Amino acid sequence: MDKLEAKHNTNDVVLKMQNVRKSFNTGLPNEVEILHGIDLILKRGEFCAVVGPSGSGKSTLLNIVGLLDRPTEGSLSICGEETTRMDDHALTRVRGHNIGFVFQFHNLLSAFSALENVMMPLLGEAEFPNKEMTERAAMLLDSVGLTPWRDQPAYQLSGGQQQRVALARALAMNPALLLADEPTGNLDTKSADAVFELLRKVSREQGMTVLFVTHDPSLAARCDKTIKVVDGKVVDDKEVDDKVVS
Amino acid sequence: MSEKALEASELKTLPSWQPFEWIVALRFLGEGRTQTAFIISGVALGVAVIVFMSALMAGLQSNITKSVLSGQAHIQLQPAKETVRPLRSSNSTLAVGAVVEGAIIQTPLQRIDSIDQWQSIMVQISEIPDVLVVSPAAKGSALVVRGNTSQAISINGVKPDLYFQIIDMTDKMVSGTMDLTGSDILIGIELASDLGVSLGDKIRVTMATGADNTLTITGIFDFGNKTANSQTTYVALRTAQSLLGMVGSVSVLDVNVKDIYAAETIAQRIEASTGVQADSWIKNNAQLFTSLGAQQSSNTVIRLFVALSVALGIASVLVVSVVQKSREIGILRAMGITRGQILRTFLLQGGLLGLCGSIIGTARWAVGFVRFYYWFCDGRGWIIDLDANANR
Repeated sequence: MDKLEAKHNTNDVVLKMQNVRKSFNTGLPNEVEILHGIDLILKRGEFCAVVGPSGSGKSTLLNIVGLLDRPTEGSLSICGEETTRMDDHALTRVRGHNIGFVFQFHNLLSAFSALENVMMPLLGEAEFPNKEMTERAAMLLDSVGLTPWRDQPAYQLSGGQQQRVALARALAMNPALLLADEPTGNLDTKSADAVFELLRKVSREQGMTVLFVTHDPSLAARCDKTIKVVDGKVVDDKEVDDKVVS
Repeated sequence: MSEKALEASELKTLPSWQPFEWIVALRFLGEGRTQTAFIISGVALGVAVIVFMSALMAGLQSNITKSVLSGQAHIQLQPAKETVRPLRSSNSTLAVGAVVEGAIIQTPLQRIDSIDQWQSIMVQISEIPDVLVVSPAAKGSALVVRGNTSQAISINGVKPDLYFQIIDMTDKMVSGTMDLTGSDILIGIELASDLGVSLGDKIRVTMATGADNTLTITGIFDFGNKTANSQTTYVALRTAQSLLGMVGSVSVLDVNVKDIYAAETIAQRIEASTGVQADSWIKNNAQLFTSLGAQQSSNTVIRLFVALSVALGIASVLVVSVVQKSREIGILRAMGITRGQILRTFLLQGGLLGLCGSIIGTARWAVGFVRFYYWFCDGRGWIIDLDANANR
């Protein structure tokens, strides 16, 4: 691990995972280990694709990186903060400030408009709505090209538009790390390409680290780095075989 | 960044006075408005039942209490009953002063006795802050004779200005006035009917001792009770004292207090300070009080279970709502919303549902229920009919 860490300047490291293991039904006869000692370092601005067959542990990995789940063993640092011993409140704070999420399905709150959805992370932080957060949400929606639809209820938007709103919302807190779990998986090729390019642009412009789960080899090939997860282990990008990624 | 995006005036934003939890809770409730309407209706119905039960019980208790107290004082002071002193030894075979065992003890006859120093006791009681009015009375039994007819009556010698503050006769007078001078008598409507007399007629009142007086009927009243209407009569205090042979004395002090439910405590205090036996209306109607208490308890249990079922209803709907909203909860958690904020959001939903249901239930359904009750059961009429039946 030390060799891996040495490649990066510590200040640039956004994500550092050391020997992360995750088991379910711990202590029971049917205990099953999903992740078997993952080591991973991502530096600022890196655009990393995660590929691998279904059931290989990609979503579990993303949930742990996103602090939505805790590793059974190992350590996990986000922007230099060791998170494995943090309580729920501290994890929520780190997640809110440093991590943005874009999921494949069910991304938006249907009871709110596009603008209000983008405001949500800011509102959760500030507690009361204010003019600044409204303007920032409007600006983010504008940056993803959705100004004309900002007052539309979320459920009335198309799939591609919803993903763009989700991306704008993920950027609301200006996170250092963006986790995208197959954000293009439910979109047609044109929309998928548009969303991917948007992610690339944001990553480049804001120096944001992106961990991008995809089954699409062509999208994975356009990333800075690709890691392949097979049976709960990370295989180096040099070893990725596009035929396996399906 | 286009100009349009920054035109704040065009931005439809969230109300700045609402905190995060309120905004999310209200939107979630609004999103599932059919479900929300059903829950509020359920809560409203439950609250209406509780309100209705409470109102019904309070009304019933109030009516019964009012009915009971319409014919009696809150506290009555009477001289202590005469008791037998045990026979004590005076000879040398037993220790002097020892109680003789096996002596036959006969309960003494209870004569009409007067209250010692009743004027000073009356003043003493009047000074108690909880006491409203004290009225002296001389009471006893007599026969009323008219022609060949005679009937047993109860003579109540009272000071009208004081006594009619204790028993409000205003709405009970059928004819005549409540004024009482030396030769006046007020009789019940039943006695008037039995004797075939009316206002201005004279009747002769005879005592067992042989004393008698001819009195003029100046008022006829209706207590709504057949026995009271045929036996109760009112004369001036001096007239009763003269007939009962207790000149200058009274046999009863009637007391009314501010808080009728504190009557027993006040009676005990009076008894302790004056040494005169004081009986409260609560003690005199112990059985009625027990019945009312039992009714109150069963009513409380019913209300408790209704409230419990309403609360469980809200809780189960909220649990279902949380399960239904697990996707939204996940999204909010991923956005950095704390567990506490989400908990407060759902608790707020429960609180709002309960509050809205309670307000609607209290205001709307309760009125509807009461109207339904009077329409279907004719509640008020039922009570009056009961009284009317008692008079027959």
